[in-house]
Amino acid sequence: MTNRTFRGGLHPHDGKELSKDKPIREILPKGELIFPVAQHIGAPAIPIVTKGEHVLCGQMIAKAGGFVSAPVFASVSGTVKAVEPRRVLSGEHLECIIIENDHLYEEVSFEASLDLEALSKQEIIEKISNAGIVGMGGAGFPTHVKLSPKEPDKITYVIINCAECEPYLTSDYRRMLEEPEKIIGGLKVILQLFDNAKGIIAIEDNKQDCIDLIKNLVKEEPRIAVKSLKTKYPQGAERQLIYAVTKRAINSSMLPADAGCVVNNADTAVAIWQTIFTGRPLMSRIVTVTGDAITNPTNFRVRLGTKFSELVEEAGGFVGTPEKVISGGPMMGISMFDQEVPIVKTSSALLAFGKDDVAKWEPSACINCGKCVEVCPGRIVPSRLADFAEHGNTEAFEKNNGMECCECGCCSYICPAKRQLTQSIKSMRKMVLASRKKS
Amino acid sequence: MNGLTNISSNPHTRSKYTTGNIMLTVILALLPATLFGIYNFGFNALVLIVVTVLSSVLSEYLYQKFMKKKSTIKDFSAIVTGLLLALNLPPSAPWWIGVIGGVFAIIVVKMLFGGLGQNFMNPALAARCFLMISFASIMTNFQVDGYSGATPLATLKAGGSVDIVTMVLGRISGTIGETSMIAIVLGACILILAGIIDLKIPASYLISFLLFLTFFGGKGFDYPYLSTHLAGGGLMLGAFFMATDYATRPITTNGQILYGVLLGILTGLFRLFGGSAEGVSYAIIIGNLLVPLIEKITMPKGFGSGGLKA
Repeated sequence: MTNRTFRGGLHPHDGKELSKDKPIREILPKGELIFPVAQHIGAPAIPIVTKGEHVLCGQMIAKAGGFVSAPVFASVSGTVKAVEPRRVLSGEHLECIIIENDHLYEEVSFEASLDLEALSKQEIIEKISNAGIVGMGGAGFPTHVKLSPKEPDKITYVIINCAECEPYLTSDYRRMLEEPEKIIGGLKVILQLFDNAKGIIAIEDNKQDCIDLIKNLVKEEPRIAVKSLKTKYPQGAERQLIYAVTKRAINSSMLPADAGCVVNNADTAVAIWQTIFTGRPLMSRIVTVTGDAITNPTNFRVRLGTKFSELVEEAGGFVGTPEKVISGGPMMGISMFDQEVPIVKTSSALLAFGKDDVAKWEPSACINCGKCVEVCPGRIVPSRLADFAEHGNTEAFEKNNGMECCECGCCSYICPAKRQLTQSIKSMRKMVLASRKKS
Repeated sequence: MNGLTNISSNPHTRSKYTTGNIMLTVILALLPATLFGIYNFGFNALVLIVVTVLSSVLSEYLYQKFMKKKSTIKDFSAIVTGLLLALNLPPSAPWWIGVIGGVFAIIVVKMLFGGLGQNFMNPALAARCFLMISFASIMTNFQVDGYSGATPLATLKAGGSVDIVTMVLGRISGTIGETSMIAIVLGACILILAGIIDLKIPASYLISFLLFLTFFGGKGFDYPYLSTHLAGGGLMLGAFFMATDYATRPITTNGQILYGVLLGILTGLFRLFGGSAEGVSYAIIIGNLLVPLIEKITMPKGFGSGGLKA
C-alpha cells in the first residue's frame, strides 16, 4: 500500500541528521524564569501570585482566564521577582511572571491517578484543563477545549500527530524513540473520552524506526493503529493530516470534529499522560536546538520559562555569528532578533542559521510559472492572492478563497521569483480577521 | 552575542529555483531543435537565429535603459523569446525580418505591457503573426536549397501524400525549428524532467486536436493522415514550448486542461477549414486572449470546499 498523503506540498532540505541521533538531555535553568500569561490561543491567564511570594515547583501561578484559556505553572521553586510586562518571542511586551530560581526544586505534592478506568470523562477533561495543557505543536490551542466537542459520540478518530514534517525538528522523533509508552498512554486517556473512536498514531515514513517500534508496542491494542504517512511538508498540518489519515477533507471554517476527528501533537499526548498518571501539570517540554550555526545540536528537556540563550549556551554556543535565529522550524517558525526571551509551551525548537536564506534574495517579477499553485496544500492560487493582498483588494482576496490559506510557507519557498507570497497573504488574512472581529 | 539577528516572516528558507535557471533550462531544451534547424537549413538559419536573439536582448536592454528601469536581461527571458521567434521563421527569410520580429516581440508585446510575466500574448508568436501579416510572401516562402517550397501540410492540403519517417526526423521544409519532431520531443523531455512544464497542456492539446481531426477530418481514424498532422507544422513546437509559456497560459490546474482542449479545437478548425495549411500560431494567440476568462471560471475553491469528500 502506498503511504497516505494529500495533494500539493513539497520536501525541503530537512536537516534532521544534525540532531536526530542526540538523546534527550535534561537541563536545569540558571537564571531567572519568565512565564508569559499568554502562551496559548484564547484569553490570557490571570496571575494569582504577587511580588515576593515564595512558590513551589508545580504551583499554579496564573489561573485560566476563561473556558478557552489555560493556567500557567511554576517550573521551579523560588521567589516571585516581579509581575510585569516583558518582551516575548513576538517582540511584544506582554504581562509575565518572573521567578527567581532557588535551585532547590521543591515540589508541591502531586495527586496521581493510578486507575484510568475509575475516572469519569468529566474528571479527565477537568484534570487536563487544570494542568494547563495546550497544543504543543505550535498553535497552542487549549487541549481541554479540543477534547470537548459538541457531540463526543460522533468522534471516530483520535489522531496523534507524530508527522514532524517541519524540517530540522527532531523533538517528536526523540520522544517516540525514548518514551513511546507515554505517547501511547496519552492516546489511551483521550480514547477513554470517545467511545466510538479509533486511535491513530500518524508518523512520516522518514521515521521508519519509530513506525516499527510503536507498531510493535500497540499490536495488542485493539483500538490503536499506526499509520505511515508520506514524508512531505506540510503533512502534519491539521487539515492535511486528517485528509491523509481519513480521506475526509475540511475547509478552514470547519473543525476537525466536523470530520469526526480529534488531533493532538505527540508532546501534548505525553503531557496528558503525565497529568493523569503522575499528577504533574505542564512544566517542561522537549526543545530541539539545531542548525548549521549551533556547535552541538541537541534535543533538550527544558523547564518552561528558561531563556533561549541558556539553551544556546548548553549546546556549545554559536558557530561564528548566525544571521538568523528561529523559534520553531524554518517553514513556520518565528525569527527572533535576540535570544533573551523565554521558552513557552509552544516552543519546539531553536534553529540558528549562519546565512539568512531570505535576505540573500531580492524579490523579482512573477513569471506566472504556477509552482505555487502546484505546491499549495490549500488548493488556492497564492500568486494571485498575494497580488490582491499587495494591492489591498480585500474583496477579491476573500472571493478567491484567500482565507483558506494555512500559512505553511510552501509558495514562498518554491517561488523562483523569490516573491514574499506567504507573507503578503498572511498580512491580508490578519487584516480580514481583525475586521471580522470588529463587525 | 552583540549583534542582533535578522527577523522576517516565515518561511525562512528558499528553494534553489530561480527565474534565471528556469530560463536557462528552457534555452537548453530548445537547443536540439535549434541545432537541427542549423544543420538542416544551413548558414542563413544560423544568421537569423543570432540576429533575432541579439535584437531581442538589445531591445530589452535599451528599453529599460531608456525608461530608467532596472535591467532584467540577466534573467535570460529575452533570449528565450528571441530563440523561439527565430525557430518560427522560415530559413530563407532575410536578416532584417529577425530584427523587426525581435524588436516587436520585446518592445510591443512584452515591455509595453509591463515586462516579464505581464504580457498577455506569447511575444514570439505575436511577433510571428505580425510578420506574417506584414511580410506574407517572405514568411510563407519555405523554398531553400534541397527542399521544394511546399511544407508537408501544404502538400497534404493540396491532396498530395508525404513520407512520415522523413517528417518525424525533420528533413522537410518548414520554419527553422519546427521540422524535427524528434528534436522537439527531446527538448520537451528536458523540460518535463526538470519540472519546468508538465503534461497537462501538451497532452490535452494534442489529444483534443487528434480527436477533432478524427471526427471532422473526413478520413476517420486514418493513421498516416493523423500522424502527418501531428508531426507537421508547428504543432509539436507549439504544444510543448509555446502553449506552455508561463505568462500566457492559465495558472489554474483545471484551466490548463481546458486551455489545451481549446487550442486543440482551434488548431483543428484552422488547419481543416482555414485558408492556410498552418494554424498553431493563431490558435495559441487566440487561446492567450481567452486566458483571463478561463482562469475566472476555473479558480479553485480551496481544500475541503467540497465538504468531507474533497
